[in-house]
Amino acid sequence: MPSPDAAGEAERIVKICAACMYCDGLCPVFPALTGRNDDIAQLANLCHNCRACWYACQYAPPHPLAVNAPATFSRARMETYADHVWPRALRHVFVRPALGAGLMLAATLLTFALLTAMAGAPRSGPGAFYALIPWGAMATLATAALAWATLSLTVSTRRYWRTISAGLSPSPLKPALRRALSDIITLRHLDGGGPGCHDSGLPFSRRRKIFHHLMAGSMVLAVAATLAAAVFEHFLGAKPPFPLTSLPVLLGLAGGVGIVVGAAGLLAVEARMDRDPSDPGETRLNVSFLIALELVTLSGLALLVFRETPAMSPLLLAHLSLVIGFFVGLPASKAIHAPFRAAALLRAALERDVFPRKRITL
Amino acid sequence: MALRGGNARHARNFRIAHDAPLWHTPGAYPAAEFSAELAKISGDRPEETLAGALIEESAQVASWLMGCGVRLQAPDRGVLPYSRRTAFLLGGGKAMINALYATAARIGVAIAYDSEVLALTPTRDGGWEAEIATGGATRRLNARAVVLASGGPGADPAWRRAHFGGNADDILIRGSSYSNGRLMQRLVESGAQTVGDPSSCHMVAVDARGPAVDGGIVTRITAIPQGLVVDRHAGTVEIAGAAPGKSHYAQWGPRIAQCDGGLAFLILDADGVSRSLPTALAPIAAPTLETLADALALDGAALASSVAAFNQGARAIVRPPFSAFPMRAGLTFVHFGLAVDADMRVAENLFAAGMIATPNFFTRFYLAGLGLTLSAVTGRRAGEAAARALA
Ligand SMILES: Cc1cc2nc3c(=O)[nH]c(=O)nc-3n(C[C@H](O)[C@H](O)[C@H](O)COP(=O)(O)OP(=O)(O)OC[C@H]3O[C@@H](n4cnc5c(N)ncnc54)[C@H](O)[C@@H]3O)c2cc1C
Ligand code: SF4
Ligand code: SF4
Repeated sequence: MPSPDAAGEAERIVKICAACMYCDGLCPVFPALTGRNDDIAQLANLCHNCRACWYACQYAPPHPLAVNAPATFSRARMETYADHVWPRALRHVFVRPALGAGLMLAATLLTFALLTAMAGAPRSGPGAFYALIPWGAMATLATAALAWATLSLTVSTRRYWRTISAGLSPSPLKPALRRALSDIITLRHLDGGGPGCHDSGLPFSRRRKIFHHLMAGSMVLAVAATLAAAVFEHFLGAKPPFPLTSLPVLLGLAGGVGIVVGAAGLLAVEARMDRDPSDPGETRLNVSFLIALELVTLSGLALLVFRETPAMSPLLLAHLSLVIGFFVGLPASKAIHAPFRAAALLRAALERDVFPRKRITL
Repeated sequence: MALRGGNARHARNFRIAHDAPLWHTPGAYPAAEFSAELAKISGDRPEETLAGALIEESAQVASWLMGCGVRLQAPDRGVLPYSRRTAFLLGGGKAMINALYATAARIGVAIAYDSEVLALTPTRDGGWEAEIATGGATRRLNARAVVLASGGPGADPAWRRAHFGGNADDILIRGSSYSNGRLMQRLVESGAQTVGDPSSCHMVAVDARGPAVDGGIVTRITAIPQGLVVDRHAGTVEIAGAAPGKSHYAQWGPRIAQCDGGLAFLILDADGVSRSLPTALAPIAAPTLETLADALALDGAALASSVAAFNQGARAIVRPPFSAFPMRAGLTFVHFGLAVDADMRVAENLFAAGMIATPNFFTRFYLAGLGLTLSAVTGRRAGEAAARALA
């Protein structure tokens, strides 16, 4: 008896789960359910799509109650992105994820055209990058793209937080922050209550968690590489490209390789995963983000490898364009899941301090 | 295959004797206490040996299941009620079934899904021949020993009509439609000894709008103590001698089955609803008792007078909106099965385990978590005895 509209279906599922509660040990979504006016927007992002409750559900299809909690939350999650993303026009991306890939692509091509138009004559050795693209242009474009992404994601997250924190009674922030942070770092809720999540059907695995963290941790390294490069440039007077054994290059290399492997691993997991317990739109959002990230990183690594060759100048142009395009499209990509999920975890942690243990007898 | 696992798919916890806290089950539940509680529901059964074996071996069930890959839930996780008598399955019965099937496949057990054993006949060399239907095809398989774990008879409508009388067709089945007892019936007809009373069963009140089979745990109506039960003529329905405000789950099932059409309604006001646990299906709600009566196709004046009489008591139905749950009896299992000895033997080289053998242990009511424990203990016993018979 599934309901055709998304909100109605989410409410139907949540009521059944609240009455059942067999999955209450699998993740924090179920203990948070009351079955009465539950905040689907919060629960949707609390769910990590580990799929444990799909394989464990006694009411999964072909049962007439047709419960599919992960797909329901996945769909509702896409709606929270669409409903809260700023600027509002970006909401269409979460209805049709192909638009998001299109946005990244368009921004990349536009940047490429712009950079090609202003590119100088290629040369090699220190300062070669800036000889091709003047530092000012590179810095302006990069800063603008980064600022845009940060602003948009911040405003979107604030809008989401306002929705889910309505009616939250004041409680101590510090322990909750600590708990939420620990949940984020350990990805505890991808564990299906202990044994791991279901990447490729019934068997438990931790592959998704490992690849996710390899990728996310490597992104941190990549950011560190950029910061190190800035320090080298402004305080040590060095000019890129830096020597292979320099800190920025080593950090960038490690980060780049980590991202390529992590994202490839996640793509392989996506390719094998059961389709039923996810919203198809969210799968597309995941896949297009991973591919974009691979392109950005691979172009960066290629630049590193071929920087002493004539391929340097097209590679630099391509890499820069991909980076800018990536950041332009970031606010309307899978990236939005990170701050939204962090917000949902924080609210869950805050709530746990208010009601330390609810117990219901079934 | 998607519906594999019989009624165990719907189970949540199992009862285990233990003298000290375990990581999954706090406190202690001494064998003597288990034994005393079992004695209350066992009538003149079980024979001391069977009961003793059940309780002693219940202590091994948790570690045996974990050894087969089944995961249990720590009591500090989730919102479970505290229980020192039972261990809880992480993710419930279907998660357990998934783990058991994976283990069975790994150790080389052949599994035939969507297949039904139509008949078992003894062979001349002391074994059994099974007639198995898969889709349209039938094949025969010879076995030197057979363990029968085909569950109780409740899901067969013909069987219910034969033993439950009047409103048999108005009863909903809480568990699997495949646990229909037909194979057991065939064996009984060819001389197997039975135990228990075919008309005695465990029934609870369930939401009449739920599925006809496999409703499981979520269609159960637990809010009866919060309101008034009326029949389809809007007359008050009571359980004789029951204290008001108490749950009496297992008494309400048979009581509703006796109502006209096997149907009753739980009437609640807004306060009654807020005192109740969440339900899978929202109640039918209306701003006034008259409109509620209309929505339920009940006589408005009769409902008003039943409510007025009820309001003389401790709880009153006064604050709108008014709500109702239509209810039917939901059958969990029947107290009837095949008689076995201490080796779970029905006949030579034929053994029975699980629900089909349960009435050897108890023949009235139920204790939470007893079904799975019995199934695990009797299953292991029957399997070992069958292996010994082959040796
Ligand atoms: C809603 C509900 C909730 C429950 N909750 C609990 C609980 O929390 N704790 C607890 O301990 N117990 C619980 N029980 C009881 C428990 O589920 C049963 O005691 C247990 O499942 C019995 O196991 P079984 O294998 O003997 O029979 P069943 O689970 O009934 O399985 C019988 C199997 O045999 C198959 N079968 C039947 N006939 C044939 C045939 N001719 N050929 C081939 N296959 C056949 C069926 O398809 C089925 O898979 C619950 C029962 C129900 C209905
Ligand atoms: S997902 Fe299925 S088994 Fe789990 S709580 Fe919900 S209804 Fe129950
Ligand atoms: S998919 Fe995992 S995280 Fe999401 S609700 Fe189910 S068990 Fe919880």
